[in-house]
Amino acid sequence: MPDTGTSDAFVAFERVQKSYDGETLVVKDLNLNMPKGEFLTMLGPSGSGKTTCLMMLAGFETATHGEIKLDGVSINNIPPHKRGIGMVFQNYALFPHMTVAENLSFPLEVRKIGKSEREKKVMRALDMVEMGAFGGRRPAQLSGGQQQRIALARALVFEPELVLMDEPLGALDKQLREKMQFEITDLAHRLGITVVYVTHDQTEALTMSDRVAVFDDGRIQQLAPPDELYEAPQNSFVAQFIGENNTLEGVVKEISGSRCTVQLDGGEVIDAMPVNVSKVGERTRVSIRPERVEVNPDLGEGAHTLKAKVKEFIYMGDIFRTRLSVAGNEDFIIKTRNRPDQVRLSPGDEVTIGWLPEDCRALDAQ
Amino acid sequence: MSDATGPDTFDGPTPDNALRQAKKTSGPMLAADGTPLKKSLSRALRRQKMRALMLIAPLLLFVLVTFIAPIADMLFRSVENQIVSETLPLTTEELGNWDGQGMPPEAAFEAAYYDIFLAAERKQHTRLGTRLNYELTGASSLFRKSGRGLDDIGEVYQDQFEDLDENWDEALPWLELMGDPDWLAEQQEWAADEDGRQPRFELRDGIEEILPTTAREFAAFARFQQVEDQKNLLEEEPWSAVHTALYTDLAAGDMSSYSGPRADMLQAADALVASPEFETVSFLDGFEEIDEDWMEPPIWQTIKLYSPNYTSGYFLNSVDMQLTPEGAEARPDNERIYMLLFKRTLFMSMVITFSCILLGYPVAYILSNLPMRSANLLMILVLLPFWTSLLVRTSAWKVMLQQQGVINDVLVWIGLVADDSRLTMINNQFGTIVAMTHILLPFMILPMYSVMSTIPPSYVRAAKSLGATNWTTFWRVYFPQSIPGIGAGSILVFILSIGYYITPEIVGGTTGTFISNRIAYHISSSLNWGLAAALGTILLAVVLILYWAYDRIVGIDNVKLG
Repeated sequence: MPDTGTSDAFVAFERVQKSYDGETLVVKDLNLNMPKGEFLTMLGPSGSGKTTCLMMLAGFETATHGEIKLDGVSINNIPPHKRGIGMVFQNYALFPHMTVAENLSFPLEVRKIGKSEREKKVMRALDMVEMGAFGGRRPAQLSGGQQQRIALARALVFEPELVLMDEPLGALDKQLREKMQFEITDLAHRLGITVVYVTHDQTEALTMSDRVAVFDDGRIQQLAPPDELYEAPQNSFVAQFIGENNTLEGVVKEISGSRCTVQLDGGEVIDAMPVNVSKVGERTRVSIRPERVEVNPDLGEGAHTLKAKVKEFIYMGDIFRTRLSVAGNEDFIIKTRNRPDQVRLSPGDEVTIGWLPEDCRALDAQ
Repeated sequence: MSDATGPDTFDGPTPDNALRQAKKTSGPMLAADGTPLKKSLSRALRRQKMRALMLIAPLLLFVLVTFIAPIADMLFRSVENQIVSETLPLTTEELGNWDGQGMPPEAAFEAAYYDIFLAAERKQHTRLGTRLNYELTGASSLFRKSGRGLDDIGEVYQDQFEDLDENWDEALPWLELMGDPDWLAEQQEWAADEDGRQPRFELRDGIEEILPTTAREFAAFARFQQVEDQKNLLEEEPWSAVHTALYTDLAAGDMSSYSGPRADMLQAADALVASPEFETVSFLDGFEEIDEDWMEPPIWQTIKLYSPNYTSGYFLNSVDMQLTPEGAEARPDNERIYMLLFKRTLFMSMVITFSCILLGYPVAYILSNLPMRSANLLMILVLLPFWTSLLVRTSAWKVMLQQQGVINDVLVWIGLVADDSRLTMINNQFGTIVAMTHILLPFMILPMYSVMSTIPPSYVRAAKSLGATNWTTFWRVYFPQSIPGIGAGSILVFILSIGYYITPEIVGGTTGTFISNRIAYHISSSLNWGLAAALGTILLAVVLILYWAYDRIVGIDNVKLG
């Protein structure tokens, strides 16, 4: 996790708590520092507190406790319209009674910018999202993707340094979403703006972000760049939530440095890398990514392997997805690339599987 | 730019493309069996349409019978005017030949004598008097008096004929003289037991040539006795109008060649009329005797003006004009009231609508922004007035606003108003506006609320995040989107208030009453339904015109009721 000191953080949450009813905390002790120019995604299941965090940052919710700082200044008591933060909403929130150009002109008008200057900026913003020809249209006359672009342009037209996006691509179809993901990140990096992006779509989070904050139960479970998040999840929740994951449960038998042995509930013994376990005898849940599992491996003498039975074989084009029964887990998935020499298993086959110990992470048992 | 957002460019064989293709080729689309597609589609839909019609038929019928038909009938009354020509048919005919200048000819008086005599027997002369009284004050009493006074003319002749021969005052000799012998036989047969229908009186062949006026009057007399009074004709001695008619005929013609029944009696009467001692009285003098007003042109002009079956008089009346022989002209200033009432109704309805917007908007706003639970509770408070009788609510305002009422008492108590100069807040425009605003407020709040609750809160947040202050957010973003609710509420409240009756009646006094109160007065008190219908028609037209104007200016699609 890159360490960003509070002093040079552009956006900082300091021990922030939020409760709506005075009984339960929706956000529990949130600490987060963001440097300028970062694209940070808040990812988590619904009800995990990510949107609440965004709303507190935007000023639509007040923190029950703690401080939120923007560029070193506490903004707890600054009303939303004075924060100068651009925001893109899930349903775009384009004003239906105004044309596209009027929508874009609105934030400039309330800032009392002259007419000619306004028109120039609106045109520039529209060109930026390649919608220059649509200034005279009403939002209702645009497709979802076009509205999305306009919403983006409106959030950027007054040149905010921080832009918040609340699931902005949720209403678009898959193809358009992927295109927009690229365009948004591209634009953000080009303009050098800081972005806080909220989504529950992990693919979106992984492809777009510099760093991802995984939320659950009102806390950040892990804050890390996408690759680290995927390859080195810090706990079972993150491992489960990000990407596909196989888990096996057991008890730690032995720990020695970066290696440990785990006896599974079925009696088999495997090697793993201790991440969240500290002592022998602790229950653990080991996590292995499907693409890191090898069939009939050649791992050398002494390596632990497991017997597996093929339950299902799914042809997915670029990969094969095979469901196995391993050590009592009926849903053990492996993915293999579609290569000419790749063996295609069929249901009922009995195979041996294995993996490198560093790919197998012993995490908390939850 | 992107394929996904560009226009559709499908070339494959889809149904849409087939339709597009069909448009390009000339001629109608054909169904599989070769009939034009439109025709086979409409055949397929006919069953569905019939079923839909059957489903709405009961309501349609109910509405037609209980709503459309009575309203159409009522509106029709605003131009209908058969009463004059039906009650005074002869007079109407005679006055048709009169140019309307000076006094009408003697023949008109004669016609009026017979018409009014018959009308008086049928007790219809007062109805006509009432009708004409709308147009000419005094007509009502004139006709009532004339109904009684006309007997004096006829009795002059009746007495003289009676003195000559008792038979002139008996039923049977008259019937023998005037009636068809076959009919008389049937009548006598019927009279024996008075069972079944009385045979309808028939004039004897040829009598109309000899005694034209008498025949006409006697036939009228006989029809009245038989049909309307259900009397046995054999026992009814004729009216004096018949004797008058007999005199007219005898004076005009010679009876010496007559050889029918009762020839001696008729010829004796003829001789009497011819003798210089026979006393006569002219119709003109007779009318003058009854009332001097008959000697003035206005009553005759009014009868002539209102003799057509349809009249614009009621409508002219409704806009403070009147029908004169020279055409329509404005009434004198001191007789104008309806334009004032129309203007006041429109003005006060606008004020009420406006105060409803002012008071209702914040409430609707709060309602739509509260959480569901509290919103429902507040909504019950908004609807609470609906559960109280309108009369009770209006009377409550009377208690609140009157000079010895709650508000005045409080103002006096805290010293804002001196005891001897209490505010007048009821029985005037102020009272009507206050009470009606209160009563109509829910009709404004409900549509506003339903529109406002569809405005997503993200618009307001978006505006604020873009840097707009609370006021700018409201005025530039929220308010424009709530306009459809204001429009719907305004139309509802305005149309309701323009026709409101009970509240202005109770708290309006003289300066706060609406046109509807005048309509009600004409319906139930003055019984001038024609005028009430004309006023109602104008009111309806005004509402429709305003509705049309609203549609042109704001657009009716901009009205949402939820």
